[in-house]
Amino acid sequence: MPDVTKLIHKYLRHEKKFPHVWCPGCGIGTMLGALIRAIDAVGYEKDEVVLVSGIGCSGRLSVYVDVNTLHTTHGRALTFATGVKLANPKLKVIVIMGDGDAVAIGGNHFIHAARRNIDLTAIILNNSIYGMTGGQASPTTPYGMRSTTTVYRNIDHAFNISDLAAVAGASFVARSTVYHAKHLDSMMAKAFRKEGFSVVEVISHCHTHYGKLNRLGGAVEMLEWQRDHGVTAEKAASLTPEERADKFIIGVLMERELPLYHEEYGDLRKRAKEESKT
Amino acid sequence: MKKRNPEEFLMQGNEAIVAGALKAGCRFYAGYPITPATEIAELLSVKLPGVDGTFIQMEDEIGSMGTIIGASLAGVKSMTATSGPGFSLMQENLGFAVMAEVPCVVVNVMRSGPSTGQPTAPSQGDIMQARWGTHGDHPMIVLSPSTVRECYDLTIRAFNLAEKYRNPVILLVDEVIAHMREKIILSDREEIELYERRKPTVPPEWYIPYEDTPAGVPAMADFGSGYRYHVTGLIHDVRGFPTSRPDEIGPLIMRLFRKISQNLVDIQQAEFLATEDAEIVIVACGCVARAAKRAVGEARAMGLKVGLLRPITVWPFVRSALEKVLATSRSVIVPEMNMGQLSREVKRVNQGRAKVFTLNKVDGTMITAEEILDRIREVA
Repeated sequence: MPDVTKLIHKYLRHEKKFPHVWCPGCGIGTMLGALIRAIDAVGYEKDEVVLVSGIGCSGRLSVYVDVNTLHTTHGRALTFATGVKLANPKLKVIVIMGDGDAVAIGGNHFIHAARRNIDLTAIILNNSIYGMTGGQASPTTPYGMRSTTTVYRNIDHAFNISDLAAVAGASFVARSTVYHAKHLDSMMAKAFRKEGFSVVEVISHCHTHYGKLNRLGGAVEMLEWQRDHGVTAEKAASLTPEERADKFIIGVLMERELPLYHEEYGDLRKRAKEESKT
Repeated sequence: MKKRNPEEFLMQGNEAIVAGALKAGCRFYAGYPITPATEIAELLSVKLPGVDGTFIQMEDEIGSMGTIIGASLAGVKSMTATSGPGFSLMQENLGFAVMAEVPCVVVNVMRSGPSTGQPTAPSQGDIMQARWGTHGDHPMIVLSPSTVRECYDLTIRAFNLAEKYRNPVILLVDEVIAHMREKIILSDREEIELYERRKPTVPPEWYIPYEDTPAGVPAMADFGSGYRYHVTGLIHDVRGFPTSRPDEIGPLIMRLFRKISQNLVDIQQAEFLATEDAEIVIVACGCVARAAKRAVGEARAMGLKVGLLRPITVWPFVRSALEKVLATSRSVIVPEMNMGQLSREVKRVNQGRAKVFTLNKVDGTMITAEEILDRIREVA
């Protein structure tokens, strides 16, 4: 049996009816593949993993994976995950969100979960658009681009999700793309191994809506764009400023050691017990 | 000098809610500061760490509600407390807790509204919101305390009902009750029945997380206990997976209602005061019922046959208790601190049998016994 088949048998729900809900060519399937490869690589037991997702195309991912799965409300996945983690810190919590989910409706929860350094991994699929509802502008739709709600071109400026996570207080921030699938595997595995609030921004494509509305071609052309524009920091250093202008960095963008919220809370409990004695 | 009874306390309603929550086994609180409920958060932030519980102050009430649902799914009894504006923000995730059948307790200390309203003034304007605040057709259990002791008792009861029926339970508290101080006796010797959610006993591969049983309440596994299952706010089949099949959608929603409606005897509580021969019955809850009790006493002293029905369970509405008093009474008076919310329900059950009179007050002050007595004289 090929390794990929073994992984599918081990981690995907056999009683759940496939095919999945995503369009042919969508990047979320690649992200799902990377997710189960990374879970396998770090050696998590299925019973100890809680996979939390929000609403939107990416939110549908949780149902396919044979771990404890929680498909929450739009933008609120991190709050549910916070409750799960603090109620049972032994659990390994992974949160899947889309760009609209994580930084529009859930933006407040995102920065606060980062600031608290809740020990979980937030994986954000950034496809620059609201796909499930048919192609409306999201907070990561670039300036000047089209969507069904920005037919006269977008005048909002896009969030940089990774920068936002870093300044909000995350312990680990990495970026990859669904084109760089192997690289994505390793970024996810690194994020899982990192204690603290870790973020993996996954650049993906929505050829169905964003690609069509902006005449960027189909899934293949959009994957090629990721190949040509996602560069490592080392590669970026070798480029001229002109060449670098339209590129984005993939790899580990930031990593630091910060106290874990649930461990700090454990210390707080000890202090509370000592102070109540005196 | 008389020795102080160590089991006797002078306590606020909000403090009694905290004492009740801890007694019930609540070990997780997530909340956001808001008047007039803040004391609950402050006290639990002090008390929970000492009993290996968790307190977290969230960025808003939406997050608070999501967090307690997550904690409850991990197996810990959880609650939050808020007031009108925060209660409005909680509605979406409150609906999630109904749909995914996650036990949790939400305290809403009502302020005068709408909007920011009058944060420190009492009101009973959220009676209908507590029932119908979240979107979609859903069951809801709502309890209304009238004394400080009842704040304690009903908080415990709220947790018991939440665990038993896997539904959120709302403790709907008048600001006056939350901030009023009364003597309360809390004894460790007192036997209080606590209910824990039923957990699966079958092997994981046999576990059907949303099984449609006659009792209507499926067993609930903690995340991490070896029963891997899917929890979603989408309409789901018995395994928890999203479905669009009419033959699965209908039975799910019917079961959510059935698990409550077939247990009304267990869920519903009401207090009857001098209703046996009453020609005029007052229906009131919360702090208004306290004024009504005094009015009943004074009316009786005047020779008027007046009684009081106090719904302790506000939702599901105590239909059978009301029908019992409607059999003997010719008039019903519903005093409430809103423009007529409880009275709508009374009229719906009454079906023209008795005359229903309202007494509404929305100026941010309590309805007094005198005002109720005046209304009694008018209709007598």
